[in-house]
Amino acid sequence: MTSGPALVSILRQGDVLVASVHTALDDSQMLRFQHDLVRQIGEHRARGVIIDVAALDVIDSFASRTLQSIADISRLRGAATVIVGIQPDVAFAMVRLGMGIGELPTALDLEEGMVHLARVRDRARR
Amino acid sequence: MDTHSFGEVPPEDQEASSDDQLLPQLVAHLREHRGTLRDDWASRIHDSHLLEAMTPQEMVTETTSVYDNYVGVLETGSVEALQHYARDLSERIIPRGVETHEVVGIVLLLRDVLARSLFEKYQSDFGLLNRVLNAYEPAANRIANTVAVSFVDERERVIRQQQDAIRELSTPVLPVRERLLILPIIGVLDGERAKQLTEQLLRGIRTHRAKVVVIDITGAPDVDETVANHLVQTVDASRLMGASVIITGLSPTIAQTLVTIGVDLSKMNTIGDLQGGLEEAERLLGYTVTRKEVMDGS
Repeated sequence: MTSGPALVSILRQGDVLVASVHTALDDSQMLRFQHDLVRQIGEHRARGVIIDVAALDVIDSFASRTLQSIADISRLRGAATVIVGIQPDVAFAMVRLGMGIGELPTALDLEEGMVHLARVRDRARR
Repeated sequence: MDTHSFGEVPPEDQEASSDDQLLPQLVAHLREHRGTLRDDWASRIHDSHLLEAMTPQEMVTETTSVYDNYVGVLETGSVEALQHYARDLSERIIPRGVETHEVVGIVLLLRDVLARSLFEKYQSDFGLLNRVLNAYEPAANRIANTVAVSFVDERERVIRQQQDAIRELSTPVLPVRERLLILPIIGVLDGERAKQLTEQLLRGIRTHRAKVVVIDITGAPDVDETVANHLVQTVDASRLMGASVIITGLSPTIAQTLVTIGVDLSKMNTIGDLQGGLEEAERLLGYTVTRKEVMDGS
């Protein structure tokens, strides 16, 4: 579809997909990201998804809603999702603007995200 | 008398040049009577009970240099040196409790003293007096204005500095264990402080990689709706950064207020006191604290 440098890189690490968002995405790019990610969950039989948004200095309502739907869709496809790297200013702006991030799981950074997914899996196994 | 004095007014062209001469003339007059006018001024200050924080010795020095500066501005028309001096003076006298009305008061007194001496000197020639005052008044007003503004500026600078210092001190983010932060809130939480608190907390979560934060509001006397909502937002934002927040020390009054104004605290993890909050935080982080028997008297 669109050419040029990848806006999001999706890497496989074991059975976890790590998606790093490199730059601000517009709405159509966001949707394309959602499609790609959901497709790859199936391809790689992933059990966990980490979306790293550390590079974003704005997360608007569309983006946060899309993140929420990615989490819901992933769950239906059998993968737990965690959003990592939300910047302090972004976090507060999201809350101020009343963007319900619902039950979206979040963690400080990639490392914490991995820990979070491991814990979720532990809980599921029991 | 009017006709008499007007009769003495020189022809037009000379009048213009004498207008130019007025200010130097006036300055020369003020320089000449410097001693008496300054003493007159100092005694007026004393009578009005202004600047009582100063010793008589200081009064002499300061009034002399204010006087010289004042005349200097009249002569050159440039307020820059005076501005500098006024700021310097303010810096010295503000810590000693000198008030704005005193500073403005002494400048207006000096203005008055000098004007009176001009009345006296030119009383025989009303037309000339008028023109002298035309030259004198705007300059004098500008001086009074400059001094007052410099003083207030300096005061505001001091206040701002103190506010910054207090603000820095007022919201410490303290790491107590690895990944555990405590944020004690002491004193009144207003909107500005609440905002700053959020910023510092979120930044602290990032730098200390915190997983649990205990916000202790035992020391906050009151919480209004804005601040309560801000607190809720802070908790949500912290969660977005992967840290969970425990609020401790809600006083009975604050708890009742929050329920009455209907702030939704259902998602908030609240625990009675700081001790309980710490224990809960340790539990969340997987710490167990055990007490070792201490042999005493050995």
